[in-house]
Amino acid sequence: MSAAALATAVGLAAANDDGFDWAFHGPKLVESLGETLYMVSATLLVGGGLGLVLGLALYTTRRGGLLANRAVFAVLNLVVNVFRPIPFLILLMVIAPLTVALLGTRLGSTAMVVSMSFAATFGVSRIVEQNLVAIDPGIIEAARATGASRWRIVTTLLVPEALGPLILGYTFVFVAVVDMSALASIIDGGGLGAFALDYGYKRWNFAVVWVTVAVIVVLVQVAQSLGNRLSRRVLRR
Amino acid sequence: MSPIIEFDDVTKVFESPSGPVRAVDGISLSIEPGEVFGVIGYSGAGKSTLVRLINGLERASSGRLVVDGDDVTRLTEAQLELKRRRIGMIFQQFNLFRSRTVAGNVGFPLKVAGWPKADRDRRIAELLDFVGLLDRAHDHPEQLSGGQKQRVGIARALAAQPHILLADECTSALDPETTQDVLRLLRKVNTELGVTVVVITHELDVVRAIADRVAVLEKGRVAELGSVFDVFTRPTADVTRRFVGTVLHDRPRPTDVDRLRRSHRGRIVTADVRDGSTLGAVLGSAGELGVTFEIVYGGIGTLQDRSFGSLTLALDGPDAAVDALVDRLRAVTPVEVAS
Repeated sequence: MSAAALATAVGLAAANDDGFDWAFHGPKLVESLGETLYMVSATLLVGGGLGLVLGLALYTTRRGGLLANRAVFAVLNLVVNVFRPIPFLILLMVIAPLTVALLGTRLGSTAMVVSMSFAATFGVSRIVEQNLVAIDPGIIEAARATGASRWRIVTTLLVPEALGPLILGYTFVFVAVVDMSALASIIDGGGLGAFALDYGYKRWNFAVVWVTVAVIVVLVQVAQSLGNRLSRRVLRR
Repeated sequence: MSPIIEFDDVTKVFESPSGPVRAVDGISLSIEPGEVFGVIGYSGAGKSTLVRLINGLERASSGRLVVDGDDVTRLTEAQLELKRRRIGMIFQQFNLFRSRTVAGNVGFPLKVAGWPKADRDRRIAELLDFVGLLDRAHDHPEQLSGGQKQRVGIARALAAQPHILLADECTSALDPETTQDVLRLLRKVNTELGVTVVVITHELDVVRAIADRVAVLEKGRVAELGSVFDVFTRPTADVTRRFVGTVLHDRPRPTDVDRLRRSHRGRIVTADVRDGSTLGAVLGSAGELGVTFEIVYGGIGTLQDRSFGSLTLALDGPDAAVDALVDRLRAVTPVEVAS
């Protein structure tokens, strides 16, 4: 067995610090991509879902809204305004104790999903709110005139009516969450960010960094064109 | 028969930064079952608020408002939701759900009312047939023209078999020809289905085309109320006169009278023309009095199938003879002598 193969076998990378070695880096890249996709989709599911609920709550409780309620809106608005501007890197640290309480660990992809979902919830809520505000109030009035309850309107009409722009909003969120996932690797998150950091930057092997960048660019492009196509189909334009 | 809608001293006050605004100010009026009732007024007269009080989209600040047997000012929101199923509404901008097909729009109120799927489908087909859009069931609203959108709006409003249809400026976004189509359809809704229709508009032509009775609204109050013919042939309020002037330019304005004086000899008089007013016979006797006449201005139209208008004449001859002719005219119709 050659020295290089031995080093590969025991996971030492001494021989792989120069250029992108497909045999060595390839599988790790695929694994990292898998982790990133897992973190991003889990975050979109959890943070995107909670953000949708929070956004609907902001929209319906605002003045003139279907469930207009000054106090509730003021509280929700304050909470969003407090958490949203916190830089994600700092939020990661702030959330760590909560993550430990929830999962027993602050490390690994699932732990990152907790912090990322927390951050995404507040960002998504504003995006949802903005897109709902754009719904023609006449449409809501028409629904009320049929005798539909407020609850029915909130649950069955609002999201479909704003679906096109909402898809674009969530596509934007996808890209932002990919960004977050890379940042999370700094405090031991895993995924593509960690791959670029550990095998590229820390060993001054920029071929690895550039390959990672290319993979992320492709990932974002695919997501964006998928989002565009989907929203265009919903808007039938 | 008792009224289907009865306003009793109803007031609606909105708070605004510049103080409270009385959008509807102590209105009392009754709408009978089966009639087409017009509410006409300029923008800001309070007509949109008035119509929204009927289905409780706006709540009255004071007064009593009985709709189909219930005082809607006393209903809870949940009770109002049930009430609204029996009151259809159509809008100036149609307000169709963009996320749903034509059939989905029409089916929405049926889902709200809890109709089973099979019944819903049958009813949707029936309604689309009624409004002449059966072949567009699976289209989306943006594929339709304005007139077609309003037809879908009407089908949606009628879906759950309401007793009352509220039409809020329903033709204001349509061209004149499409307006006539939609008004004909509303007439059909009224005569074939027996639905009471309340039409809110700022266009006299709309009221003239379909309403039986009309209320003229100004600053949240009823300026004039009665049959369309009476209100517009014998307007007493300034606002009503302005509306009449917009469609029937039959009476010369002061500047017109000045011009007529310059170009014609004699006295300028304006005589009303109605069914049965024997203006021609009277004018036929002008010669024997030694008076010559010229028709210099005027217009005659129809309102609720009756003639309505006026003619302006230049009467030339000895003063006494002209006086005698004016007296004969006055015996058959109201006459106004330009001073």
